[in-house]
Amino acid sequence: MFISFLHNAIRFSTIFMYGSTGETLTERSGHLNLGTPGTMCLGALGGFLGVRIYLDSVASSGQMNGFLAVFIPILFALLFGACAGLLYSFFTVTLRCNQNVTGLTLTTFGIGLSNFVGSSINNTGFSAVSIFFRTGFVTKTNPNAFENLFLTYGALVYLAIILAIAVAVILRHTRIGLNVRAVGENPATADAAGINVTAYRYVSTIIGSAISGLGGLFYIMDYIGGNWQYAIDAFGWLAVALVIFTIWQSDLGILGAILFGALYVAPNYINTGTAGYIKELIKMLPYIITIVVLIITSIFGSRKAQPPAGLGLNYFREER
Amino acid sequence: MDKPIAIELKHITKTFGAKVVANKDVTMDLRKGEILSILGENGSGKTTLMNMLAGIYYPDEGKIFVNGEEATIKNPKDAFRYKIGMIHQHFKLVDVFTAADNVILGEKMPEYSVRKEYSRLQKKYSEQFREIRSQEKDYIEKGGKRFSKEHDDLIRKEARIVTRAAIHMGSLGWIKLWKHAKFNHLSRYRVQTLQKIVDTYGFELDLSKKIYEMSVSEKQTVEIIKVLYRGADVLILDEPTAVLTPQEIKKLFDVLRKMRENGKSIVIITHKLNEVMEISDRVAVLRKGEHIATVLTSETNEKQLTEMMVGKKVDLNIDRKDPVDPKPRLFISHMTVLNKDGRRAVDDVSFTINGGEILGIAGISGNGQKELLEGIAGLQKVQNGEVIFHNPKKDKPVTFYHKSLKKIKAMAEEGFFHYPNGEKVDLKGKKKKEIVRLVNEEQILFYEDEIINLKHKSPREIQQLGIKLSFVPEDRLNMGLVGNMSIVDNMALRSYRKGRSIFVNKKKPKSLADKVIQELEVVTPSDMTPVRRLSGGNVQKVLVGREISSSPKVLMAAYPVRGLDINSSYLIYNLLNRQKEKNVAVVFVGEDLDVLLALSDRILVLSGGKVAGIVDARSVTKEEVGLMMTKKQEETEKEETENA
Repeated sequence: MFISFLHNAIRFSTIFMYGSTGETLTERSGHLNLGTPGTMCLGALGGFLGVRIYLDSVASSGQMNGFLAVFIPILFALLFGACAGLLYSFFTVTLRCNQNVTGLTLTTFGIGLSNFVGSSINNTGFSAVSIFFRTGFVTKTNPNAFENLFLTYGALVYLAIILAIAVAVILRHTRIGLNVRAVGENPATADAAGINVTAYRYVSTIIGSAISGLGGLFYIMDYIGGNWQYAIDAFGWLAVALVIFTIWQSDLGILGAILFGALYVAPNYINTGTAGYIKELIKMLPYIITIVVLIITSIFGSRKAQPPAGLGLNYFREER
Repeated sequence: MDKPIAIELKHITKTFGAKVVANKDVTMDLRKGEILSILGENGSGKTTLMNMLAGIYYPDEGKIFVNGEEATIKNPKDAFRYKIGMIHQHFKLVDVFTAADNVILGEKMPEYSVRKEYSRLQKKYSEQFREIRSQEKDYIEKGGKRFSKEHDDLIRKEARIVTRAAIHMGSLGWIKLWKHAKFNHLSRYRVQTLQKIVDTYGFELDLSKKIYEMSVSEKQTVEIIKVLYRGADVLILDEPTAVLTPQEIKKLFDVLRKMRENGKSIVIITHKLNEVMEISDRVAVLRKGEHIATVLTSETNEKQLTEMMVGKKVDLNIDRKDPVDPKPRLFISHMTVLNKDGRRAVDDVSFTINGGEILGIAGISGNGQKELLEGIAGLQKVQNGEVIFHNPKKDKPVTFYHKSLKKIKAMAEEGFFHYPNGEKVDLKGKKKKEIVRLVNEEQILFYEDEIINLKHKSPREIQQLGIKLSFVPEDRLNMGLVGNMSIVDNMALRSYRKGRSIFVNKKKPKSLADKVIQELEVVTPSDMTPVRRLSGGNVQKVLVGREISSSPKVLMAAYPVRGLDINSSYLIYNLLNRQKEKNVAVVFVGEDLDVLLALSDRILVLSGGKVAGIVDARSVTKEEVGLMMTKKQEETEKEETENA
């Protein structure tokens, strides 16, 4: 039972692991992208469209290619996420709009558009595609504990972990990462050092949003198995909270996401009897933990645990 | 004169806008392996001139020669190309990075052209392929058997080359990405090169320390290493000693001398004479944007340099009347104010401000002027000493109006009200309105607490006590006015608490705004225009206009004419003079000595946060003030002890 609880927690955590990895990359470049929930919705919509397009192109469900059935929706989700990121950067970098306003608008737009289009897409045959998403290294009906914990997930779960580690390594250990961090911390200094602030902000935001978009796809196609659902944006907010919780480190984000996931699925494993509200209270814990972390990091003000100094501030050279 | 010339400036002119000439026809040179000081007052164009070398500005006229060749320096990158590096007063460092990270930040990516590499590989692999192919042909021609073991091996080799070529050439993009990402950018090698620079010049710096843990002097060291790491031969330091302690200055000078020995040319922008004499080989003096002379340090002295720096006295024709019956308004005694870094920005300052008089405050910027004014105005904590406000009896009772009748009567019993002949007043049966009228018509005199200590009082409390203190801060758009609000709303900022309605009364601010616009000739489309959109001079007029309108007892203005053209400046001078005639105590912080001498009645000279002297503006000369401003702190102290 504990193994299955952990299995479910890890699976569930993938949704906001994507969101937080993408958002970490974006925020490290100085963009407080509150459009993440909307971006995840748009990613889900892109994936949904991708599946539909793939299904329409094969004659019968027997002829489906497992790789393509997963790859094409991923590509669409990435594309839709990237478009959201492009929109956001265009508004904030080129037009110098307020980042919070732009982000919130993007969220509203993403939720609205994806629900409007997504719910009207015919999803017959999606559950068959969803099986490909869910196929892991081990497909036995009765896996042992090790296999259940490590080998039975769909491809997107592993991809999430790989991306989280990759983003962390790139940010921490590479020249490009150094530049991204410099742009997020002190764009004026980065500019003076000859780094193209505009390009770095655009690219980090677009890549970050594309990664966030995959979270929506995972939820729709893997977690709930090919139905459109209206709840994705809630996980987007959880992802934004997760970024703060993990103090802008995407590798910590893996553990943080699993903790959040565990708290989210825990109510299903607790027998609360008639006191159903306890389940809701437990689901609330991630947000409370985030607030506590914020309080702790600001009280004990270690400089390492602070948000990027340039977060939320648009940069343009002429203003001093 | 035997050293070769590194940089030559010829007839450089730079103007900002139509009126402000920052540099005018400057011709000078910098030699290899020398330390050149650029000396001048604030606003004499030192930094502007050097910014043109660093690529921040581009000269309007004139040419720059680097090593004898004409150079076009359009941006900081160009400056790096000519091996010129500038260390600005405000450091450009990322706080959370280590020193090493900051130094290598923005270093050029390794050159890697995918297209070039592609054609190189294409050539390489096709050659290899052709060789094997010809071997195979030879083998067949020599009668070798097809499908034999030898033939098979050759075919396999061909296939291997093709595969390898395909994989290699196909992954060029990734290779480029990999090279650019450059894993472990802080490899041992890199730290070694940096450490070598640190050791060569005798810096004391831990390269793995984070910037936010560093002192100002360490931060400056990082900036210098950054410039050296990029291979600069010419280093320009903009007022490097302004933020350092004497020990740190000594260390810095040692480093600079070592650099000179290594053949680097160093330019120091400064206005501290003792440092000029100590470190430099030659001194170039600028005054009001013009190059006065370049002299060998060994052949000059401080007095001569001061004379060159401040120039002859200029008559400004400011209409200055003798103060009528000046009475002390503010007593400042032993005031100490700390700055952000906890250093004493104002150090044990004592003086008196008189009503009906303009007290000029002279001093090189950053010597405590800002902290002094903010300390008086209640914006900064006064660490030590007293700020005592003296309200002469004759003034009308400001605090009196908002008191209830009951309180007024209680005050009367305590003996606050007198008839002009000194008899006590009985207020029984009188209404508040009547009392106010009688007081206003001076039929009854009102005695208020005459002495109020302003120390540890917030600006609001000072205002509530009924003391009118106006402050025209240095930073007009951030401290004085709200840029995005209209002129009317900005006027309302001072008065919105008045009245009992929950809505802000906009009528009075509006009429005030219109009055200010009309009287001070503010150029604006309307009184609803955001202040941010006005030009500097007009912004200043709005601010000064508002402060004067509250008919203050004390008016403090910090650099009120900075960035203003001549006409607006005179308008401000006249406004200050008019306030003086109204018996207001005016404090004027200025940078132009000519103006200070022509406008003020007395001049207080600040140096290093201490009073270097209070002099009579009518009899003192420019040189004397200049020398007092630039006097070394120790000398001041020595003299003080001698006097005592």
